[in-house]
Amino acid sequence: MAPRAHYPPPQPLPDPRLSPLQWASAGTRWAAASGTWRCGSTPTSTRSGGDGPDIYKGKICSLKARALLIDMEEGVVNEILQGPLRDVFDSKQLITDVSGSGNNWAVGHKLYGSQYRENIVEKLRKAAEHCECLQCFFIIHSMGGGTGSGLGTFVLKLLEDEFPEVYRFVTSVYPSGEDDVITSPYNSVLAMKELNEHADCVLPIENESLFDIVNKIHQMANSGKLGSTVKQNSLITSSAGSAKTAQEKPFDAMNNILANLLLNLTSSARFEGSLNMDLNEITMNLVPFPRLHYLVSSLTPLYTLADVNVPSRRLDQMFSDAFSRDHQLIQADPKHSLYLACALLVRGNVQVSDLRRNIERLKPSLHFVSWNQEGWKTGLCSVPPVGHSHSLLALANNTCVKPTFIELKDRFMKLYKKKVQLIIITSVATNHEYLALLKQILVSQRSCLKVTAQDFCLCYLKKSFQWLLLKKGNLLIDLYIPGYILIVFSSELVSDRSAYQLEMD
Amino acid sequence: MSIVTVQLGQCGNQIGHEVFNTICSDVRDTHGLCSKKENESYRDASKERFFCEEQSEVPVARAVLIDMEPKVISQTLSLAARSGYWKYDDGSHFSQKQGSGNNWANGYSVHGPRHKEVIMDLVQKEAEKCDRLAGFFTIMSMAGGTGSGLGAFVTQCLRDAFPTSFLLNHVIWPYSTGEVIVQNYNSVLTLSHLYKSADALLVHENDVVHKICAQLMNIKQISFKDINQVIAHQLGSVFQPTYTAEGGLHYSRNPLGDLMETLVPHPEFKMLGLRNIPQMPENSLAYSTFSWPGLIKHLRQMLIANAKMEEGIDWQVQPPRLGSSIPSSHSTNKPLHFNTSIANLVILRGKDMHSVDLGSFQDPSLYTSWLNPKDAFHSWKTLRAFNKYEKSASLVSNSQFLLKPLDNVVGKAWNMFASKAYIHQYTKFGIEEEDFLDSFTALEQVISSYSSL
Ligand SMILES: Nc1nc2c(ncn2[C@@H]2O[C@H](COP(=O)(O)OP(=O)(O)O)[C@@H](O)[C@H]2O)c(=O)[nH]1
Ligand SMILES: [Mg+2]
Repeated sequence: MAPRAHYPPPQPLPDPRLSPLQWASAGTRWAAASGTWRCGSTPTSTRSGGDGPDIYKGKICSLKARALLIDMEEGVVNEILQGPLRDVFDSKQLITDVSGSGNNWAVGHKLYGSQYRENIVEKLRKAAEHCECLQCFFIIHSMGGGTGSGLGTFVLKLLEDEFPEVYRFVTSVYPSGEDDVITSPYNSVLAMKELNEHADCVLPIENESLFDIVNKIHQMANSGKLGSTVKQNSLITSSAGSAKTAQEKPFDAMNNILANLLLNLTSSARFEGSLNMDLNEITMNLVPFPRLHYLVSSLTPLYTLADVNVPSRRLDQMFSDAFSRDHQLIQADPKHSLYLACALLVRGNVQVSDLRRNIERLKPSLHFVSWNQEGWKTGLCSVPPVGHSHSLLALANNTCVKPTFIELKDRFMKLYKKKVQLIIITSVATNHEYLALLKQILVSQRSCLKVTAQDFCLCYLKKSFQWLLLKKGNLLIDLYIPGYILIVFSSELVSDRSAYQLEMD
Repeated sequence: MSIVTVQLGQCGNQIGHEVFNTICSDVRDTHGLCSKKENESYRDASKERFFCEEQSEVPVARAVLIDMEPKVISQTLSLAARSGYWKYDDGSHFSQKQGSGNNWANGYSVHGPRHKEVIMDLVQKEAEKCDRLAGFFTIMSMAGGTGSGLGAFVTQCLRDAFPTSFLLNHVIWPYSTGEVIVQNYNSVLTLSHLYKSADALLVHENDVVHKICAQLMNIKQISFKDINQVIAHQLGSVFQPTYTAEGGLHYSRNPLGDLMETLVPHPEFKMLGLRNIPQMPENSLAYSTFSWPGLIKHLRQMLIANAKMEEGIDWQVQPPRLGSSIPSSHSTNKPLHFNTSIANLVILRGKDMHSVDLGSFQDPSLYTSWLNPKDAFHSWKTLRAFNKYEKSASLVSNSQFLLKPLDNVVGKAWNMFASKAYIHQYTKFGIEEEDFLDSFTALEQVISSYSSL
């Protein structure tokens, strides 16, 4: 397929101001999939050396992605560097290690966190220097593993310290029930606490949902039903005009959904429209209370039928679909839960009357919280995504996220109650101390041990071979190493009482 | 005399552009169905009001464009330049990289003080280009962040810097079904602050104009451009030159001053609404004829029944009968839905306007009792037809028309405020709960003043 002609920016666009950061496997695979900027539709998320020659015949020449790729192993990043997008990244944007995080949040957060802190800060500062007006960091990571979850949330906090003015949007891939990582409930819960405290806005994603959407599109594209063919480059799973990799990898289709999510999220800040919506409007409108910042997203249409022009019914369908269960990027049903707020980011040939009509049509079937009965935020961007005449990204601050979180907590508790070998030690300042302490613990497994750190005491539970670290009455479970599980949480997710119960038995 | 227009935020800039477009095309493309001499003096008066022409082939709008993000302004500038008929001054705009994020506090407390000097310099420069400055016409929405927050701040600065100039703020009222979630907070803060510094607020409700586009203009897919064109037409019909005195020889010199003098007799009442008739698609105009008595009859009923357009007027509503009732029970006697006025201004444009009988607008029963009906009603007229309409009538009124929308906005904002939702977004930029409470109090006062008319 010939590369799509890119949209020439109508006038010099504001200098780049978005900064995607990508962590670990889930994040870096996304980077590989987000080749969509080939078509020039994301001019501001790339850093350019000059003006004209950057995009030549739809190919990137001197543009570099404004991104930091971090992984504590090398495989995925290397793949990217040898892949079709090798030109947009260079080694100055990479931070890798060889040994991985062993699906251990603590290793990523504590061990690698302290080890790579300086390096990460330096590269972040470098990237930020190139921005005239840095608006936002995008953090793309998964919750279940060790690096994205642990080191990712470490960097989240780092960003808050170093760039307090800049928004932090996090795209988090939540583990599914069938996750192959045993420790994923621990990792996710630990990461959740960081997201609660340090993110401005979190867009949770579940692989199960992405998978269902991919299947749905696959079926539609191959059924040839309705006498209509699907326009190939309109698939939400395709990377439109991007360089086609020879063989598609299983995650690619799913990751492209994510890429499109971020493209649509930023489109109004990049292109003109009759009702612009900057990124700062998202938090302003959708986050009524600081920690309630989890936004369920849905993208429609999933594809455009090739031989149909756009009657308004099709347009209305796009709005209806955005509220249906099977278009959400997590397993959730916003229609049967309570809305705190809802944003509709529309692109293409859609006008304010289309918005009003659809809002009025859909409103009766949706429940909004009493103090926000008209909780709608709308944006109109005149440039549609490649291959579409119009598109919609709906962001909902809706209580339908609850089941996902409750399930996570249940799985956490299940694992926790099984008493998977649990060692709890104090939080450690340095790598050195950490190792020494671990050694000590391992040596004296069966004896009671007092830790020097003043506020902490380390208790050993004979029956279950557990170490508990207690701090002023709060259970603090801090670090764990492979084979032993060690958890950090402040009492929010598991109450003090259950911690004490644990101690009692 | 000249008016300096200040366009603020996305809405302000998009509407401002349409206003200048409309004014320019009224003067350029139509001859007003009047004598050549009449048309020329109309044109000269209009040019002096809105454009300056020094060292430029095309008229240059007397405007300052302000936004906190770059896209809208650069689009507005280039659209105007591309028209080939008029343009904005190259140096008369100011934008930043990132918008105010729908946060009134960000516009008012952060962007305002930070950019005060640059903005006021631009305004000063524009004001100095006017031989005689009538005042400032500030266009903004009240739901967003820049127009609303920065707009309130700039209006205050204008008041300080130009204590004797007239300040009229044109305010866009958001769709009531919501388009910015914090729109009611932003609106409450904007209105209460403007009430302190502006001389009057001229309000357009997006819901109303949207309906006009759908029902009168027959537009199927309505865009903001369509809406803005209707607004611009209505504004043009007020601010294009007219004779303010019976048998006057010169077009009015001071449109803003005249407007305030006529319509704002008391600082507690400064909410102005605008209606016009006829309003229809351009291609239907050729097939329609209008009689002045018919237009006036409709316009008057639109006023007393508080209808915003000629379709769907409730003809049952009639003014209360005066005299029979004791003055103190006056308000309890009032027929339901009757819209009491403080003051009205009717503007007639087109042929034979001299013969029009406006007696029905002088009926004392339309007005509050504390003002002499003689002072409460005025009319401006010109033979010169406006913008392709052979005859047209507009009504600017200071009445209870906004009572319900205002009560709704304050009520919804209060409801949200009671749950403390979104407050943290404002305190982050220095607007505290106290400030909200002050604003609520100020608007409750306005509501109660208008209710007791
Ligand atoms: N009538 C009209 N309303 C507009 C237009 N653009 C934005 N609005 C309204 O303005 C409000 C949003 O404020 P906006 O001007 O975008 O925010 P700002 O740029 O921060 O001042 C909403 O109520 C919109 O409906 C426009 O071109 N015409
Ligand atoms: Mg805006």
